[in-house]
Amino acid sequence: MTIARFWRETPRRYNLGGSRCSVCTTVYFPPRTVCPTCTAHRQSLGKMEPFQLSGEGEVVTFSIVHEPAEGFEMQVPYALAIVKAVEGPLLTGQVVNVVPEEVKIGLKVHATFRKLREEGAAGVIHYGYKFAPKEEAGTGPRAGREAEPAPTPALSPDPSRARA
Amino acid sequence: MQNMNAGIVSYGVYVPRYRITPAEIGQVWGVDGAAMGQGLNIERKSVPAPDEDTITISTEALRVALLRAKIDPQEIGALYVGSESHPYAVKPTATIVAHAVGATPHLTAADYEFACKAGTAAIQTCLGLVRSEMIRYGVAIGTDTSQGAPGDALEYSASAGGGALVIGRENVIATVNHTVSYTTDTPDFWRREGQRYPSHGGRFTGEPAYFRHVSECAKSMFQAAGTTTKDYTHVVFHQPNGKFPRRIGTQLGFTDDQMKYGMVTPRIGNTYSAAALIGLANVLDHAKPGERILVVGYGSGAGSDAFDLTVTDALAGYNRSIGLPVQFFLDGGVELSYSVYAKFRGKIDMGEA
Ligand SMILES: [Zn+2]
Repeated sequence: MTIARFWRETPRRYNLGGSRCSVCTTVYFPPRTVCPTCTAHRQSLGKMEPFQLSGEGEVVTFSIVHEPAEGFEMQVPYALAIVKAVEGPLLTGQVVNVVPEEVKIGLKVHATFRKLREEGAAGVIHYGYKFAPKEEAGTGPRAGREAEPAPTPALSPDPSRARA
Repeated sequence: MQNMNAGIVSYGVYVPRYRITPAEIGQVWGVDGAAMGQGLNIERKSVPAPDEDTITISTEALRVALLRAKIDPQEIGALYVGSESHPYAVKPTATIVAHAVGATPHLTAADYEFACKAGTAAIQTCLGLVRSEMIRYGVAIGTDTSQGAPGDALEYSASAGGGALVIGRENVIATVNHTVSYTTDTPDFWRREGQRYPSHGGRFTGEPAYFRHVSECAKSMFQAAGTTTKDYTHVVFHQPNGKFPRRIGTQLGFTDDQMKYGMVTPRIGNTYSAAALIGLANVLDHAKPGERILVVGYGSGAGSDAFDLTVTDALAGYNRSIGLPVQFFLDGGVELSYSVYAKFRGKIDMGEA
């Protein structure tokens, strides 16, 4: 990806900057200029406002990547998930701070800020959002916890796991 | 003077999730790492994931700080990131962090470098700007992802973490009553441009460097503030290991009880520019209104910055439950083998030029 294109996308990559229709309150990510829900009535024209997602959401589906994309060799195997933001939109992102076995459908996550890619040792570094399990104080990762089986979230008695 | 009540409005900390023990490092180099760890009073050190660096860690810490005090990022007038591990040699860390928290474009921003005390230097700059009413809020961040050369003594302690402070005049949870510094030209630790790992003066890093500067700076604070060790409920020192701060604290006359919350290095390693800030954050996690705190940072090269703070009643209305307390990072973590650590830290030759 060119530096210019990445740079134009920084508001959404850095800050989850989406848009919200002020007529029907639907939130969109990436941002839209017209609301598909309202377009029939052309009500939303000029009524879309910038809206920043909170970064909170839950995993709706995921796959474990064993053949990494370029630049992700150090992180294999890693989880790539579709996350439903609490505001509604679906986002795709890597889930970090977790062993892939612990990623489950229904896992509560929040957005984190991470390096996405580096253009070699001399090139620009791209940053943006990824997701991490939502840690509550007192229930966080303890040393050695990864050796134990993770509790299965109530929403996913039988997670169907795709293997890439 | 109302503006002299400026101080800390909010704070946030982030420490990467991975840990490695001195024993695990030592077995690679044929050294009794466990004994080394005991000597340094370091049980484990934090290790950043391959996709974490000073920019991402700073951003995570600052986001928590902004949420806790519900600060509109557009009200930030200055943002400084102190580090000796800025990802770019040229291109500021501060601009990316500012953008990532939504503080751009109407602010001044810069990166600070002064070994481990770049973060405390940033606090002083922010205090000046806030007290003179040039800005409403200033952000001072200290973050590092430092590395020691493989097998070097520093490899047992150099870790990663970040602390962010928002400095302002309104809803101040800890007033900065005084700040003083002590600075000399001392070649105890350095890294030349283009060198991957730092060099240090061995035993020269102790007495003439850390101990002299921290002790002289603390003494000039006692003089400036008219205080003695007994006036402080808590004390925080820069902590390159768990041994130095305890020794200087005892020398100055502080008790273990005064030092207990400020000591974080034994559980996460030496986070360099972040060490004093994370120690302070842990104190603030436990502090009560009216308590007085002494912070003495240290940076090689060399200098110390000291802060005399008083926790205010505004702490009652401050939401410390947002984000994670420092204790979470002290307790938590996932231990790595040396081989995975070496991979994460780029110590394995991947055959690239
Ligand atoms: Zn609409």
